[in-house]
Amino acid sequence: METLFAVLIGILFAGSIYLLLSRKLVRILIGIAILGNAVNLLIFTAGRLTRDVPPIIPENSYFPLEATANPLPQALVLTAIVISFSFLAFFLVLGYRTYQELGTDDLLEMRVAEPKEHSEPPQGY
Amino acid sequence: MNTLIFRTVAPYLSALMMLFSVFVLLRGHNEPGGGFIGGLIAVSAFAIYGIACGVSAVRRAMKYHPMSIAASGLLLAVLSVLPSIFYRQPAMTSQWLEMPFLGTVIDLSTPLFFDIGVYLVVVGAISSIALSLEERAD
Amino acid sequence: MAVTQTTVDTAAAMVTEAVPLADWLLVAPVLLTMAGGATAIIFRKKSFVQPWIAIATISLVILSNIGLLNHVLTNGVVTMVMGSWLPPFGIAFTADPLGALLALTASIATLCVAIFAINSIAENERRYGFYPFLLMLLCGVSGSFLTGDVFNLYVWFEVLLISSFGMQILGNEKIQIDGAVKYAVLNLIATTLLLTTTGLLYGLVGTLNMADIAGKIKALDSSGPVLAIAALYFLAFAMKAAAFPVNFWLPASYHTPRLVVAAIFAGLLTKVGVYALLRVMVLLMPEGRDWLASLIGLVAIATMLTGSLGALAQTDIRRLMGYLVIAGIGAMLAGIAVGNEVAISGAIFYAMHSVLIMTALYLLVAFMFQMSGTFSLRDIGGLYIRTPLGAAIGLVLLLAVAGLPPFTGFWAKLLLVAGALEADRGWVAAGVLVSGLLTTIAIGRLWIFAFWRGGNEHTMDGIQALPIAGSSDASEISWSIWLPLLALTALIVLIGVMPEALMSISDNGARTLLDPTEYIRSVFGGIR
Repeated sequence: METLFAVLIGILFAGSIYLLLSRKLVRILIGIAILGNAVNLLIFTAGRLTRDVPPIIPENSYFPLEATANPLPQALVLTAIVISFSFLAFFLVLGYRTYQELGTDDLLEMRVAEPKEHSEPPQGY
Repeated sequence: MNTLIFRTVAPYLSALMMLFSVFVLLRGHNEPGGGFIGGLIAVSAFAIYGIACGVSAVRRAMKYHPMSIAASGLLLAVLSVLPSIFYRQPAMTSQWLEMPFLGTVIDLSTPLFFDIGVYLVVVGAISSIALSLEERAD
Repeated sequence: MAVTQTTVDTAAAMVTEAVPLADWLLVAPVLLTMAGGATAIIFRKKSFVQPWIAIATISLVILSNIGLLNHVLTNGVVTMVMGSWLPPFGIAFTADPLGALLALTASIATLCVAIFAINSIAENERRYGFYPFLLMLLCGVSGSFLTGDVFNLYVWFEVLLISSFGMQILGNEKIQIDGAVKYAVLNLIATTLLLTTTGLLYGLVGTLNMADIAGKIKALDSSGPVLAIAALYFLAFAMKAAAFPVNFWLPASYHTPRLVVAAIFAGLLTKVGVYALLRVMVLLMPEGRDWLASLIGLVAIATMLTGSLGALAQTDIRRLMGYLVIAGIGAMLAGIAVGNEVAISGAIFYAMHSVLIMTALYLLVAFMFQMSGTFSLRDIGGLYIRTPLGAAIGLVLLLAVAGLPPFTGFWAKLLLVAGALEADRGWVAAGVLVSGLLTTIAIGRLWIFAFWRGGNEHTMDGIQALPIAGSSDASEISWSIWLPLLALTALIVLIGVMPEALMSISDNGARTLLDPTEYIRSVFGGIR
């Protein structure tokens, strides 16, 4: 099971890195979304997979009655999902604004902050 | 989306969802549920109301600015961390108060207030994003 | 309390002994900034009270951080576990001299920026949330310095990252959005890489508590996975710290936001990356550091040279400062590469120095812009005649960043060079010195052009050109600009003249990092 997941995570990472290397901003954003999911899956798998036994302590008991799924990665993944969700929302708004303001989604054409022709520093007095 | 049926049903539906979100929030201490998921349900209620009746109606219904709601939630969460200082215990240690109310006993606890804080932060932050996106679509 | 109704023995899972009140100083910076940030958001419409909420909050944070540093220096490493759950299950906040010193320095720099911003952030930008973002940024930075849990470290990184995004686009100009795209994408990739590595580390050792990790890594039979994780952490944090060759986001973005925002970014954000490197490489996986030492050394030298050569090649003063930030990062990396007590102490001292000096330099740039109306090295000039005090401040700050005595940078570099020579890594020492020389040339040129030269380029010696339109007179400069500049300069001179106290703290910090026994004992108490 873990091996299968490892292969899946590898595929997701490869796909997201391919998209991140693109020049188009939208593709980069999709790459970031996939990257977030790949990492979540990685953390989930790193905690070892146990199926069908949710980590819920039954009533009138102070400890689980049998070996349950590892609850810690679930908590970590939940945190990471919330964070990557809010970042993605920010990025979508930023990407939209970028296209509106700069009129391009090609990273090589975004040269407002670093103009192509910049004056040489003074050589002397 | 502005059909008559949807516009008639939306206020009742969102009222019901708000009620359910509070139920999920309070249930969260011992069973699946909690502030985050409850907050998301409440935001979907606002979103449905907004799709049916417009953004300004939602803003009127919320009464306070979403960011103020989020900030007060953050403040409440911070305050809920503090009580354990009086018992010489580490931060965030849960403190319980059993309050008799109309014949039953209500367990009030600091994690409950922390959860209410999370609920408010989620409601405020996400509805402020959702509302500004809906406004742009208009 | 619910536990009293049951017969469960909680002592096996929870802290039962009373916690001294002083331990609350560990969480105070985070709680205070969160509460202050929330209050500032609630009062966001009353833009004239906003600065005062922020200044009051940050002053309290400084007081609490002074208390914390004192507590750590007298009682050793301090730990508090959230919710009384015993480590490694409860999230631990742990302060050692390194974390406490940097938290204190960061809060001082933030206070200076908050005061400076009173008159340099426009009304509508204040309403947009400059002060709440500033407080949440300090919250994230303090959390990163004080947490004792790797996943929690990631969460604080994200807190400071999201507030920095908000500050980066304050003003909504084209150039800012362009800078924000590069800044945001590359920093998010770096934090995601950090999360990936943390996930792998959790899969390897099954714990996230730093003290627990430090103990368990030593007990592993094969070192391969640890070395891979160390290399990944190095890449992630080097990207956050803007080390060569993953430094290009910094000069592309740091000149775009408001200068006060750039000041706090330059002061705090990259240093958090260096702090995390010190924590992870030296405390958690010293084996990984030993293995990577030569690589870190090469990266450090490349970073220092990129920084100082880049500074030489710039016309825009803001971009010049961006390269000086990078040069400083290289020096701190050199300390990590050498890795003995003296060099680590030098890296800690340099981090403290860099927080103060980079904040002060960006504030100086804002001051120079107000006085001259330009950022170009070709057009600027004549500032000495118009503000001798400003020229003196500028000279002190620029000499300090180049590492000339008797200011803070000198002592930091002295420790670094001494450590490198002691460890027989003369080439690292040579790198530090060469980069120092190049930086001195760059800042000397900057001071001569901006302050000494009578006017813009081609002005004859001894002649003062007319001031450029849009510039203001020295008497118009408000107290809110002079006060932080003078305070930071005074601090830099004071520490430069009397470095012994801080050196003993940084030595102490280096010792606790190199020998994790005290750190582990503080977290686990009598359990192990």
